[in-house]
Amino acid sequence: MGMATDAQFHVLAVDDSNIDRKLIEMLLKTSSFQVTAVDSVSKALDFLGFHEDEHNESITPSVSPNDHHQDVDVNLIITDYCMPGMTGYDLLRKIKESESLKDIPVVIMSSDNIPSRINRCLEEGAEEFFLKPVQLSDVNKLKPHLLKCRAKESQPNINNRNGVEERHSSDRTITSYGGLEVV
Amino acid sequence: MELGQMQGRLAEFTKSLYMEGILDAQFLQLQQLQDESNPDFVVEVVSLFFEDSEKLLNDIARALDQQSVDFKRVDAHVHQLKGSSASVGAQRVKNACVAFRNCCEEQNVEGCLRCLQQVKQEHYLVKNKLETLFRLEQQIVAAGGSVPMAEMTF
Repeated sequence: MGMATDAQFHVLAVDDSNIDRKLIEMLLKTSSFQVTAVDSVSKALDFLGFHEDEHNESITPSVSPNDHHQDVDVNLIITDYCMPGMTGYDLLRKIKESESLKDIPVVIMSSDNIPSRINRCLEEGAEEFFLKPVQLSDVNKLKPHLLKCRAKESQPNINNRNGVEERHSSDRTITSYGGLEVV
Repeated sequence: MELGQMQGRLAEFTKSLYMEGILDAQFLQLQQLQDESNPDFVVEVVSLFFEDSEKLLNDIARALDQQSVDFKRVDAHVHQLKGSSASVGAQRVKNACVAFRNCCEEQNVEGCLRCLQQVKQEHYLVKNKLETLFRLEQQIVAAGGSVPMAEMTF
């Protein structure tokens, strides 16, 4: 269990501004995170292996359980709010509505200080809301969320998952060193 | 000019940029993030900013030049510019953008054109200043010295 907590956390950063992407990448790397940065919500969803039919209303009849596992190990998603196309809020909702992705902590960033926006995001399940420009002190707030998730996952008998469906054999429910196990 | 003098000149110059509000603490943060494995981080971010902002300024000018001005579109561009200038610490550019957004809200073309001029002025100023700053840094490094770690002691 000691070894698992030393492994790098993998953060997926989403921002359409190339300047802000570079900045968040640097902030995260300085804090020893592994970073993948993308410039849109749709690219983020692709990266996460998100499939629309994971939502409750599935339109495909019988689907093999293994089609819906997360393709990559992402421990946290940090996303800008204002983006063309799908916004960070849209991404947050999709993540929280997804059986396989909902346990990934999501952090929202915004250059606008709008309390109703902030509340909406927090209510929808965002862990934190950072005002831009993001500071190193903000990034330092992320580790506790990640360590908490990792600690939860490495306790074998705790079941965080709602619902009856077990898509994986019990072997896969033990966390890999990469971070969160998500079904 | 010998090394100590150059370093002194850089320190004075940098200090003046903060004092005049041309740069704010965000620029300092960029400098502090830079390290041996990313020695050109600040120059890279700043270059990205100027590439981006020049394009945005052109887009804004074009949008204001239309028969029927789409203020939402202008505002969207200004919002972007405000964000990126905040991210690099170009405080006066950012403030000029805030004022600009108010003009967009009022849907006043004349006002917006004036705001655009203001933003362009500040943009031009910070660009020149940063070019000078980087040149001074390069001279120091070329002379075998190191650029002192930035501080805000004033």
